[in-house]
Amino acid sequence: MSYVPDNLKYTASHEWLEDLGNGVYRVGITEFAQEQLGDIVFVELPELDESYAQEDECGVVESVKTASDIYCPLVGTITAINEALEDSPELINDSPYDDGWIFELELGEDADIDSLLSAEDYRESIADEE
Amino acid sequence: MKKTVLNDAHRQAGAKMVDFGGWDMPINYGSQIEEHHAVRQNVGMFDVSHMTVIDVSGRQATDFLYKLLANDITKLNTNQALYSTMLNNDGGVIDDLITYKISETAYRVVVNAATREKDLAWFEQQIADFDATMAEQADTAMIAVQGPKAIETLQPLITLDLSETKRFYAAYNDDMFIGRTGYTGEDGVEIILASDAAEGLWNKLLAAGVQPCGLGARDTLRLEAGMHLYGQDMDENITPLECGLGWTIRKENLTFNGATALKALREQGINKKLIGLVLEGRGVLRHDQTLIDDSGNQGIITSGGYSPSSEKAIAMAVVDKEINEDSIQVQIRNKSLPCRVVKLPFVRNGKSLIEA
Repeated sequence: MSYVPDNLKYTASHEWLEDLGNGVYRVGITEFAQEQLGDIVFVELPELDESYAQEDECGVVESVKTASDIYCPLVGTITAINEALEDSPELINDSPYDDGWIFELELGEDADIDSLLSAEDYRESIADEE
Repeated sequence: MKKTVLNDAHRQAGAKMVDFGGWDMPINYGSQIEEHHAVRQNVGMFDVSHMTVIDVSGRQATDFLYKLLANDITKLNTNQALYSTMLNNDGGVIDDLITYKISETAYRVVVNAATREKDLAWFEQQIADFDATMAEQADTAMIAVQGPKAIETLQPLITLDLSETKRFYAAYNDDMFIGRTGYTGEDGVEIILASDAAEGLWNKLLAAGVQPCGLGARDTLRLEAGMHLYGQDMDENITPLECGLGWTIRKENLTFNGATALKALREQGINKKLIGLVLEGRGVLRHDQTLIDDSGNQGIITSGGYSPSSEKAIAMAVVDKEINEDSIQVQIRNKSLPCRVVKLPFVRNGKSLIEA
């Protein structure tokens, strides 16, 4: 069973969100997602200051196996990107919830926070796949 | 799903299993990249028991294989191995395979798992004209031990002196058939043995420190070595002359299946070729990505991926023969990115041959 921290929010497309306060969320992909992808060898980060709608493709994670889109979990603007991933994409494998974070997002006004999954809901959603 | 006799052993070793053409096979045992490096620098092993072993024997066994295979089986010494394609009458590739010569009247052939049914049917149809018989060896397992330390690691576990078995030759160790062949570009062996002996050997190799490797590492290793994968780099819709396998086609006595079609194609002109590519910037080259040059010549990536040994994205591609090698761009999602043409293989004896 993959680790799913209780203090984070999730999407069905395997992103996690950490509430940093003041309407800013840090985003990455879950341990389950990185396990499914295998060794990650390339990350295409979103553009800084770019705005995305909920579920917009805003980046790509490529593993030895496949390329997988990263979806913007809520409407908002990118306020930070994890540039360490450009040289060390394997941080997502080694530390998906910490050093392997991907970007930070300042939510737009109409962000639908209720559409996110709780840790419990996310665990349930991946239970069938594990 | 079909399972090899080593299925439990894979699960015990922590393998992530996937459906590989109907077989439940290990894709990796944790990290595909670590497994890749183990084979390039040390020694790794692969369960390839899903592959199909066919023994051919009889007075006309050689004549049959001379017709069936586009390479020249008659130049083999006893115990020597040969890589060849098997073509249909249009010159398309039915499969690629390895044939070991056991004696003047007996051969052992290893064909791909995914093509088993059509290969067996083609063999049966073709062998009918010859005084020869074929027998699939279904109750066998196959373990590939590969890497610069493969021979010294395996040697203490067997009685056969491996120093007397040269590369691309085979020998028996009691019931174990050991071919000094492989699909990684490193030294090593492929061992065909009775199913019920496979787990014992696997465990001995594990105890000797051999890294179990999944099909993921097998693919990056063979790609770096510039070796073709059937179904990606060639299939029945392309001839060997158009996809970098012209070197496997014999030059004399063009009596093999598909020879007439190849001759016609040569006369008419071959307008495709296989090249090696490296992506200049960041990203990953993948199967089916399209290529274009500044004059509109096109191509398609047949095998692509991340090369752990060179830390670059590499690919084999079939392109228009006239393509301008200095202006090839690959389409990745919505971007055009420049690629550089390089000689195959990308990696030899553990070292990247790609110039910086």
